Amino acid sequence: MLIDWFTVGAQTLNFLILVWLMKRFLYQPILHAIAAREKRITDELAAAAAKKAEATQERDTYQRKNAEFDQQRAEMLDKATEDAKAERQRLIAEAHTAIDAMRATHEIALNREQKNLHEEIARYTQREVFAIARKTLGDLAGISLEARICEVFTHRLGTLDAATKQVLAAAVGSSRPVLVRSAFELSAEQRAAILQALQVALAADVHLNFADAPDLISGIELSTAGQKLAWSIADYLASLDEHINAWLKDNIPTEATTSTQATIDSAT
Amino acid sequence: MHLSPDEMIFWQYGFIKLNGTIVFTWGLMLVLVLGSKLITRKLSIDLQRSHWQNLLEIIVTTINGQIQDLGLAQPEKYLGFLGTLFLFVAAASLCTVIPGYEPPTGSLSTTAALALCVLVAVPLFGIEDQGLRGYLRSYIEPTVVMLPFHLISEVSRTLALAVRLFGNMMSGSMIIAILLTITPFLFPIVMTLLGLLTGMVQAYIFSILAGVYIAAATRVRQLEPPADPKTQQ
Repeated sequence: MLIDWFTVGAQTLNFLILVWLMKRFLYQPILHAIAAREKRITDELAAAAAKKAEATQERDTYQRKNAEFDQQRAEMLDKATEDAKAERQRLIAEAHTAIDAMRATHEIALNREQKNLHEEIARYTQREVFAIARKTLGDLAGISLEARICEVFTHRLGTLDAATKQVLAAAVGSSRPVLVRSAFELSAEQRAAILQALQVALAADVHLNFADAPDLISGIELSTAGQKLAWSIADYLASLDEHINAWLKDNIPTEATTSTQATIDSAT
Repeated sequence: MHLSPDEMIFWQYGFIKLNGTIVFTWGLMLVLVLGSKLITRKLSIDLQRSHWQNLLEIIVTTINGQIQDLGLAQPEKYLGFLGTLFLFVAAASLCTVIPGYEPPTGSLSTTAALALCVLVAVPLFGIEDQGLRGYLRSYIEPTVVMLPFHLISEVSRTLALAVRLFGNMMSGSMIIAILLTITPFLFPIVMTLLGLLTGMVQAYIFSILAGVYIAAATRVRQLEPPADPKTQQ
């Protein structure tokens, strides 16, 4: 008999014990180790994925912040540029205003100086002309200047043109008194000579009043009913004054304009 | 010359006896359990691990994969039974290279015991999976007429398991023993190598067949088509 039933039973028991022991010492530990390793690898992969996701998120955050920072910087730069331009325009406007003010002040000062120069020249000319006239007349005739003035005036009355005579005659004819003003006091002969010359010129009876007028500056003035006939050195002085003014107008303003243009160029 | 290690009686007390089959089985059990215990004592769950642990992991995962390939959904549940079957038969064959050793699987008592274990385990796994009523119903499907054929199939396949393994292992030992007396040098070595290959193949066949029987007993419910949602509504 090939089958021994006790051995069959014993081998069955042995096999069942072996199954239990192998489960206990082989399969379970190995499967647990494999499962633990798989779980560990899975956890590590998950952690790595989480870290990668976090890193990606942080990278996106930093990139967004960088973009915002660049935009803000560009905006601030643009604003600063605009501010600088505005400030430059403002400073240029201020400079222009200051230059205009300085130019105005300079022109005022220049005008004042010009005026002062005019007055100075006028006074100087007056003095010189008086001095020259006095000396020249005195040297030429040997008579007093007032007498010569009176003679000139008398001679002028005698050489009046017809229109002037007519106007004067009409004025005198209105029987108004004729006033003769002089810068110096006329002598009786001089008054008589003037009366005679006037009567001859107008061919009419004339009544004269005499008065002193120092502002005439060595002259004689005849006035009646709104008409005036005069001769004085002041007339010549006025003529001289006009010539001087014309000359100053042609020369001095050009220099003033040149200096003002030079000031503007240096300020810009 | 022994036809079976059962005939090697070391100790006997009436019905109880200690023969070569039991002793060699104990030796195999000692080697398997002690080896497993020693190797799994310091298991590493890191990526770095010992060569022995790698070997055991390869063996266990390969057996697990084979069980899964049979169509069993939870291979870990059957790993203890089928894996131990394979490892025991394979170890019994591999140890034939040791002089004086006789494989316990060369005893019809051992193979019968293993076949009986399979005979009992198949309905147990089937009942666990389908319940008693469901498992018993599989014997009368597709018709009641099939019941005797199912019963005959159960007995015959158990007998086939036991005799196939016994015949292969016994014949291998016998052939080597006979050849040793005829051509003592080269030819027995070649036959021993062939015997090792035959033993491994038999171990694979035995465990795979056991797995197929278990799968057949548990597969009925797994192969049932899922209920149509439209008909449920």
